[in-house]
Amino acid sequence: MGTELGNYKLCISARSTDKEILKKAQDGGIVTQIFKYALEEGIIDGAIVSGPSDEPWRPRPFVATTVEELMKSRGTRYNISPNVSFIKEATRSYGLDRIGIVGTPCQMQAVRKGQLYPVGLRDVPDKIALAIGIFCMENFPYQSIKQLVEDHAAMKLESVKKMEIGKGKFWVYGERGQVVQLPLKVTHKYEQPGCHVCLDYVANLADVSTGSVGSPDGWSTVFVRTKKGDDIWSKAIAAGCFETKPIEQVKPGLELVSKLANEKITKNQKTVEERAKFGVNKALRNPYISPK
Amino acid sequence: MKDNSVKPEEKPVPVKADVEKKAVVLQKEDKPVADKIKVGHVHMSGCTGCLVSLADNYGGLLTILDKYADLVYGLTLADVRHIPKMDVALVEGSVCIQDKISVDEIKETREKAAVVVAVGGCACYGNITRFARGGQTNQPQHESFLPVGDLIKVDVYIPGCAPTPQLIRNVCVMAYLLLKGNKDQQDLAKKYLTPLMQLAERGTEACGCDLMYDVVNQGLCMGCGSCAAACPVRAITHEYGKPNVNREMCIKCGACYAQCPRSFFNFDVITGFEGILEAIDGALK
Repeated sequence: MGTELGNYKLCISARSTDKEILKKAQDGGIVTQIFKYALEEGIIDGAIVSGPSDEPWRPRPFVATTVEELMKSRGTRYNISPNVSFIKEATRSYGLDRIGIVGTPCQMQAVRKGQLYPVGLRDVPDKIALAIGIFCMENFPYQSIKQLVEDHAAMKLESVKKMEIGKGKFWVYGERGQVVQLPLKVTHKYEQPGCHVCLDYVANLADVSTGSVGSPDGWSTVFVRTKKGDDIWSKAIAAGCFETKPIEQVKPGLELVSKLANEKITKNQKTVEERAKFGVNKALRNPYISPK
Repeated sequence: MKDNSVKPEEKPVPVKADVEKKAVVLQKEDKPVADKIKVGHVHMSGCTGCLVSLADNYGGLLTILDKYADLVYGLTLADVRHIPKMDVALVEGSVCIQDKISVDEIKETREKAAVVVAVGGCACYGNITRFARGGQTNQPQHESFLPVGDLIKVDVYIPGCAPTPQLIRNVCVMAYLLLKGNKDQQDLAKKYLTPLMQLAERGTEACGCDLMYDVVNQGLCMGCGSCAAACPVRAITHEYGKPNVNREMCIKCGACYAQCPRSFFNFDVITGFEGILEAIDGALK
């Protein structure tokens, strides 16, 4: 394929040099660290991130305008956080002129569509200062995560310390140190259906995208894609925000990222095609062809 | 060009439309830009918010008018009384079918304009005028308001209430490239405008329900939040990652569905976002 990783200027393995960030980071603390740096340097006025809500492990999008607020968003919650829903509000109630936003590949697609076709996003397009994408194979509804953790892993959501998808398994770590792993075969049917037509694994449209795949534990793979992303990334590196390793020198490396990206795109492309003949001479909608 | 402007002056003026034409030609002479397109703003039953949105491009609007487009028609903006021939008609508002002048004018717009763009929720979908039932002074009998597409063929939709200055600007720039650009620019403009043309073909009804019918029910929603961000009346919230539309509040402007990345997503255009946004910025400097 060759296009599965999108356009990028730089690919590198990295982790934050900030111990506080790493304490609760999912992997290398990339997103929190870049936003922290950009906030402190005045590159962004605030960032739309997902943080804790009134239910355990249910994310809620919010606008972080301080490092303290930002720190609440560390780590991954494997269910839907409609971050883009705040993109106009951030420029209104919060008065941000330069917005940072983090999101899944589909949310990066939403941001870019919003910039090129701002149907209901008045004065938003030129206020997106930094869009960070996270690698994503699929997402889950909150109720699916609840079912996986409570029914399959037999743990209370409240007592979960971390969740992780890696090495072909869904991992649930308890507060008391217990670890449950579920094979992805079990989790597949609980995935959000809308993810099955997604043709982007590594957030091709972000300024900077990052995820654990390809790098060793505790590190993240980073793609720097746009001029904006490149500018901020190189400044952050110069400021000592990150330790880095050449991606060619880490295991499992870029090859695995490519492999998984191709797997996702091939599988979902097939789903898109099957939708075309889903009924008897009746198709399901294909958003890549037409809004009709 | 000079000859053209002088000739009609010597002749007796046959119809009013020609007077207007002459006025335009004379204006052009002051600042001759050969390749501008002719754009008009046609005002049906709307609140003028769409026109204000166009004007809200501020300096960008002046650049558009300087370099790319002559505004040949527009209440308050151009001193022209009758709909002239134009390349692009930006139509605002729905059509009151009890108002003969409106009906005549929208039909005339179709005849005179090469491209008809429905600007804003009212022109595209009826928007808030969908709730009109007449009874207003001083024309209480004006009770039926139809989206433009119910009376004439519309080529391009710009939904939303109000439509955003930036989308109107983008469409104007793309219309210019389509009509006057080189081959690459025309290709880009065609690709850019295609989904907005498909929206026009899709029909004249919009509602927050579209998110259910055409996205969630179709198994396409991934809970990004675009619809809630786009809604001008904050009728959409997300409950556990999926849109929840307060239908009592929905004004039927069409912004939510058009903004949804799962209504349309044209990779061939959006993947080039960085270059296109730079080009549009550059064009307006």
